[in-house]
Amino acid sequence: MKFSESWLRSFVATDRSGDELSHLLTMAGLEVEEVEAVAPAFSQVVVGHVLEVTKHPNADRLNVCRVDIGNGTVAQIVCGAPNVAVGMKVPCALPGAVLPGDFVIKVAKVRGIESSGMLCSAKELGIDADASGLLPLAADAQAGDDVRRLLDLDDRMLTLKLTPNRADCLSLTGIAREVAALTGTKAQFPAVASVTVTGSAARSVALAAPAACPRYCGRVISGVDARAATPEWMARRLLRSGLRPISALVDITNYVMLELGQPLHAFDNARLQGTVRARMAQPDETLRLLNGETLTLADDVLLIADDEKALAMAGIMGGNDSAITLDTTEVFLESAFFAPAAIAGRARRYGFSSDASHRFERGVDFAGTLRALERASELVVAICGGQSGPLSEALAELPARPPLRLRTARVARVLGVEFAPDTIAELLGHLALDCQRDGDDFVVTPPSYRFDLEIEEDLIEEIARLYGYDNIPSQPPRAMLSMLAQSEDSRPLPRLRQILADRGFQEVINFAFVEEARETDFADNRKPVRLANPIASQLAVMRSSLIGGLVGTLQANLRRRQNRVRIFETGRCFLRDQAGAPVAGFRQPWRLGGLAFGGAQPEQWGRPARAVDFFDLKADLEALLLPAVARFEKATHPALHPGRTARVVLDGEAIGFIGELHPQWVQKYELAQAPVLFELELAALLRAHLPQFVEVSRQPPAIRDVALLVDYDLPLQTLLDGFAAHCPPPVQELRLFDIYTGKGVPDGKKSVAFRIVMQDTQKTLQDSEVDFAVQKLIDYAQQAFSAQLRV
Amino acid sequence: MQTLDPIIQEAVAAFAATDDGDALEQVKARFLGKSGSITALLKGLGALPADERKAAGAAINRVKEGVEAALNARREAIRQQALAARLAEEALDVTLPGRGETRGGLHPVTRTLERIESLFRSIGFDVADGPEIETDFFNFTALNTPADHPARSMHDTFYLQDEAGGVADGILLRTHTSPIQARYMQAHVARYAHLETMPEIRIIAPGRVYRVDSDATHSPMFHQVEGLWIGENISFADLKGVVADFLRRFFESDDLQVRFRPSFFPFTEPSAEIDVAFMGGALKGRWLEIAGCGMVHPNVLRHAGIDPERYTGFAFGMGPDRLTMLRYGVNDLRLFFDGDLRFLRQFV
Repeated sequence: MKFSESWLRSFVATDRSGDELSHLLTMAGLEVEEVEAVAPAFSQVVVGHVLEVTKHPNADRLNVCRVDIGNGTVAQIVCGAPNVAVGMKVPCALPGAVLPGDFVIKVAKVRGIESSGMLCSAKELGIDADASGLLPLAADAQAGDDVRRLLDLDDRMLTLKLTPNRADCLSLTGIAREVAALTGTKAQFPAVASVTVTGSAARSVALAAPAACPRYCGRVISGVDARAATPEWMARRLLRSGLRPISALVDITNYVMLELGQPLHAFDNARLQGTVRARMAQPDETLRLLNGETLTLADDVLLIADDEKALAMAGIMGGNDSAITLDTTEVFLESAFFAPAAIAGRARRYGFSSDASHRFERGVDFAGTLRALERASELVVAICGGQSGPLSEALAELPARPPLRLRTARVARVLGVEFAPDTIAELLGHLALDCQRDGDDFVVTPPSYRFDLEIEEDLIEEIARLYGYDNIPSQPPRAMLSMLAQSEDSRPLPRLRQILADRGFQEVINFAFVEEARETDFADNRKPVRLANPIASQLAVMRSSLIGGLVGTLQANLRRRQNRVRIFETGRCFLRDQAGAPVAGFRQPWRLGGLAFGGAQPEQWGRPARAVDFFDLKADLEALLLPAVARFEKATHPALHPGRTARVVLDGEAIGFIGELHPQWVQKYELAQAPVLFELELAALLRAHLPQFVEVSRQPPAIRDVALLVDYDLPLQTLLDGFAAHCPPPVQELRLFDIYTGKGVPDGKKSVAFRIVMQDTQKTLQDSEVDFAVQKLIDYAQQAFSAQLRV
Repeated sequence: MQTLDPIIQEAVAAFAATDDGDALEQVKARFLGKSGSITALLKGLGALPADERKAAGAAINRVKEGVEAALNARREAIRQQALAARLAEEALDVTLPGRGETRGGLHPVTRTLERIESLFRSIGFDVADGPEIETDFFNFTALNTPADHPARSMHDTFYLQDEAGGVADGILLRTHTSPIQARYMQAHVARYAHLETMPEIRIIAPGRVYRVDSDATHSPMFHQVEGLWIGENISFADLKGVVADFLRRFFESDDLQVRFRPSFFPFTEPSAEIDVAFMGGALKGRWLEIAGCGMVHPNVLRHAGIDPERYTGFAFGMGPDRLTMLRYGVNDLRLFFDGDLRFLRQFV
């Protein structure tokens, strides 16, 4: 809501400065978003009356003017404006004047002729872009009068960022009422009398949807001059409130809307047939609007119609076919109350909004319908002439304003500060609320213009606003102390993030929506969760995997010449799932994903350069999982290299994947080498177990190394699982320390070397016991995997 | 016996002429070995008359001790030389950089979220979470924002397609973290239904939220932190106390100015917007909008099954992205979601 400060001050007298007024409004919940001066600072510019214009003897385009600058003083001023004419009243900057841009006016010779001042255009005064000629002032302006005062140029334009509950402040009347309440003064509004009915033309009105439109008033004014000029004072106020003057009739309806908050509509009466009524649209009824658009309406849209056709979307926008034009001579003025529920959301549904719908959907004062119609009629007759017909009104049941109980004790409980009942009475009095005292409590009936006072808390907010939020104490929290649970069966997410960060990974946060191709490529997701209204096609579907985002971040960093990338991300993924919860139909698991690309180590002098590989990332993953130990099973994944992918299994549950990016995606996404990636279910990673003490042996360990020849394709895990199942008791640890193929190892075989650590907690192991245990393992390997002892 | 002193002088000179341990032992033999000159002198004692033997023996022994002392001194000198040589040889260029992996780091917004969580944990707030694909009911209706409420236009909402390609009914991407408070309250009430007095609710709920908006100051995905405290005696004064305390601790600035001004949210009444102003720095003296808050609306409490006559409470919602920008001086919100390592590494 933008408005002129001086217009506001015409309704409420206050000695607060402009800045104080802005602060006052902001701190009362009417946030002043912007304050603009209507004109930049300048001084000593007065009304000049041009008495004489003669050609400059030495310059074709210049004139020498004699200008009355008041008090009987006549100045000689050289002027180059094409529109200068005798009799004109124009702004005249006197010697010593400072114009915008620190332009100082001095007595000077212009081509040999002395000039004592300057006649000004609107641009030179900084009030408009028009530099085509002198700014003409009103013919009745007094020579010598200050131009700033004449044009009210010390005025400022304020823009309020109104919250949707304060519809009552979408008018100068409402804001003035608020300022009066905040400053403890009274607002003065002009009396609006009923206009004298001088014409007989009338139109009947009816309510066909009384819940949506319980009050409809109208009046015909005939014999109007639609081409009449909008008075300067009105045009100025409209402009300073953000509305361009259009034509007198339109300007009057806008002016009254700004002044009183009641949107009005003017129809060309000659284009109406029979009774005007408010009714719901028929299914698929169409209407051509003022903005030229033709809409097909749903049956919950309220229309204004006559006997034959739809005329307007009630409270939202007028129709093109019944609109006033410059040739209109008979106008039908509408002032109505439309219920917010009947207007809300409709304009937005069709993709636009209007000043009228903005007000009606938030609530317009239903007691002010007639006053606004009278005010508009008065202005039409005064500006456009014509004869005012009798008033037509159709009335059903208006909204109720049930009284609210306000308890002094409740105010203290909600706000945390005690108020005396007298103080509450005084504050309610400032708001001019209808209020009855009942002991320490109050019974308050909200006024027709306040749609936001529905419950006791709404009144408590009013008390707090007027008292000042700043004056409510800031109280340190007091609560019963009880410790928060800190279970050791889970690890906090920050701990996981820190482990990865410590291992060289940088956390990133990617958008949860991705390009559809990434879902197809990296997750083989043919039915992704699609947005109905994405902001861009590359952000159109919800991710079901973090891989797409991680690869995207890799690409972006490669473009920035970052050739070693180690990143991780935690975030939700989104999958359709009939069994999903808590929102039915969707599973939204938290995942942790990581990616490594480039050198295994940062580029350095100290180690041979080598590209990061599967086992580098696997080590990171194993460290992340500790103390849990996962199993890695050969697997396939749409994003990953089929021979270099493992499913990660923890406690028998598949919790994710690790692998190298599939060569086809390496090629498609133009990567110089294959990144290694992992993606895991976060819930599984957060699980933890209480550590369980196991006695530490004081006996010396026996260590034996054994190398076995096994089939090349035998997965190590199979061997380890077998050993684990057939492990003789003294074996504490069985560690792979070498894998070898080549000279001395037959084709199709590999040599795997284990270090076997044996120990007893109670006694020193005898050589015979050690040899027996080792032999048992060797025998098992021979029998289960045809392994041969390598000597 | 003066004739014996030249042997010591000769030995000292011979030892000094050698500079490694093995050679020194060779030279030693010339004097002290089986056929060394001193050994020869000792052997010659037997040939002397008995009355001269004692004095001669003492003289030879003095010479022997002199030679041995010279030998030991030379041995020590050679050992020191060798050590010095080895140390010199082993010297490193200690200015070379360390070998191996460096450290990564957390995202700056994560850093902020972790700080927020730990500050609120310190006064007994637990952390709650909720779904990001949310129902219209929890995102709006349960928060006192029925369909067509003008407040809905404050949030430009992302909707989802159903499987047939139409707009899915009643499903959206949450526009704020407030639905978490609605869900949490419901669950809390069910959990403590058997108790005469419901234990207090004290939670914060951080998370990602979505709005159809994208420019230098708006991202279609951003973060919010919701806070909620409900109990038998929680007032607006407590809200002011908690939030102001948090902001001063977060910015580590006791003189941070904090102001509350009336505002509107459908789910709180009274409602307030919170502004802060710094006493120094580039933003000195400017009021910056930082959070929204208010007393939980009775309808929201009722929706969750809480009696608003018995329990009151406050809720607040703030933007960790903005807090991060202010805290670290970041000037463009988009940097947070851009994955630029050159930016992110600044927060390691």
